[in-house]
Amino acid sequence: MSDITFPPRAWVTAFIGISLRETLRFVNQRGRFLAALVRPLVWLFIFAAGFRAVLGLSITEPYQTYVLYEVYVTPGLCAMIQLFNGMQSSLSMVYDRETGAMRTLLVSPFPRWFLLGAKLVAGVVVSIIQVYTFLAIAWFWEVRPPALGYLTVLPALILSGLMLGAMGLFLSSAIRQLENFAGVMNFVIFPMFFASTALYPLWRMRESSTLLHDICAVNPFTHAVELVRFALYQQVNWLSLAVVLGCLAGFFGAAVFMYDPAKGLWARRKGVA
Amino acid sequence: MTAALEIDQVNHRFGRFQALKEVSLIVPRGGFTALLGVNGAGKTTLFSLITRLYNNSTGSIRVAGYDLRREPMQALARLGVVFQSRAMDADLTVRQNLAYHASLHGISRQDAAGRIEEVLSQVGLVGKSADRVSALSGGQQRRAEIARALIHRPDILLLDEATVGLDVKSRAEVLELTRRLIAENGVSALWATHIMDEIQPDDDLVILHQGQVLRRGSAADIAGRQGLTQAFLDLTGVAV
Repeated sequence: MSDITFPPRAWVTAFIGISLRETLRFVNQRGRFLAALVRPLVWLFIFAAGFRAVLGLSITEPYQTYVLYEVYVTPGLCAMIQLFNGMQSSLSMVYDRETGAMRTLLVSPFPRWFLLGAKLVAGVVVSIIQVYTFLAIAWFWEVRPPALGYLTVLPALILSGLMLGAMGLFLSSAIRQLENFAGVMNFVIFPMFFASTALYPLWRMRESSTLLHDICAVNPFTHAVELVRFALYQQVNWLSLAVVLGCLAGFFGAAVFMYDPAKGLWARRKGVA
Repeated sequence: MTAALEIDQVNHRFGRFQALKEVSLIVPRGGFTALLGVNGAGKTTLFSLITRLYNNSTGSIRVAGYDLRREPMQALARLGVVFQSRAMDADLTVRQNLAYHASLHGISRQDAAGRIEEVLSQVGLVGKSADRVSALSGGQQRRAEIARALIHRPDILLLDEATVGLDVKSRAEVLELTRRLIAENGVSALWATHIMDEIQPDDDLVILHQGQVLRRGSAADIAGRQGLTQAFLDLTGVAV
């Protein structure tokens, strides 16, 4: 009996393999890339153009001056790309589970936290490619943050992408069938997006409803948006950074728990894998 | 020499339903063991426990001597699995699927490239390596799944109703291929089935019914003079 050990190189190989598969699937689904890009562009070109006329924005951190609505909404749309990408990953996890492809991943000898983490990181890489493509197009639409901002936003995009992807992983562990995804969109994704600072600043929310303001203030997506917004202007929103890190740990921990064969819902289900 | 697979006093419940009751069996090294049972007997649940899709909370499962609960990495690294339903990514090519599986076992790209050629040659799919899995016939998909299960050179192959949904010719080919690969590669196999014709007299046989092992032994001994079908009917009291 030969002894099998897993040196660091083997872990790297597994990580690259999982990432490559996600990339291949992404490349094979060109429509997914276009859809992911068209959604925020429609918001930028049509929605923001319309609101620009009726919605004035006074000076709001991190902006130094009055900004156009398109400029304000762009970080929110970056986070929206990542939110939908996280949900797309979650959807593909449920699809893989329904078709049986998920079992190939789960019977790998590597621990589940590593397998889920690798899948998560691979999804984030894909989302970051989408965000930078969107930012490049937005540049031609007069949305031009400082040049260095394109670099300083990268860590924020990694963290926000990880948090939203981890949330998707967690949701995928709790969803039994693809049909249930419509419910997730209606009860999780849309409320999360609209009850955030992606489209309007918090002070605007308070003018309409204190309760709505409070909901927006505790919404993790708000903090993902603010982290990206500040980073795009070479600043750090420490509160948002702490919330994003905390939510990332919480969502990922919950996902690992739920996918653990000995714990979570996974352990009590029949025919889930 | 340790057995390829040792299952001792394993139970499993889904809520109030007792899916497996005190299941014990041994798959010897280099042997072909058939796990015979009607649909719902508990075969897939047992496979899910062996592959750690479910956790075994009672009893023990040892793969090549490694305890699945205490040494899951060592144990899973020695398992090759062909699931009852399709488990390959239909949108990727055969080669991409095999490379992905190799990476899930930490096999480097260079090593994987050689092994992919080797296993595809063994299952007769060399010419299909660039085809998408969705373009393969049912029998070819099964052969590709067997190639996937072999790529990390496991000690034991688990095949859960590997011929389900195949026509008679493809079924015979997949079974013959599996037996040949076991003989050539020296791996062991646990072959779950509900089809009597797939069992040969010199196979080790385990009869699983309603979550319990009813008989273990050589197929010839269990069949006796009355034949395997009648022996199975007598033991389980069900129509086949």
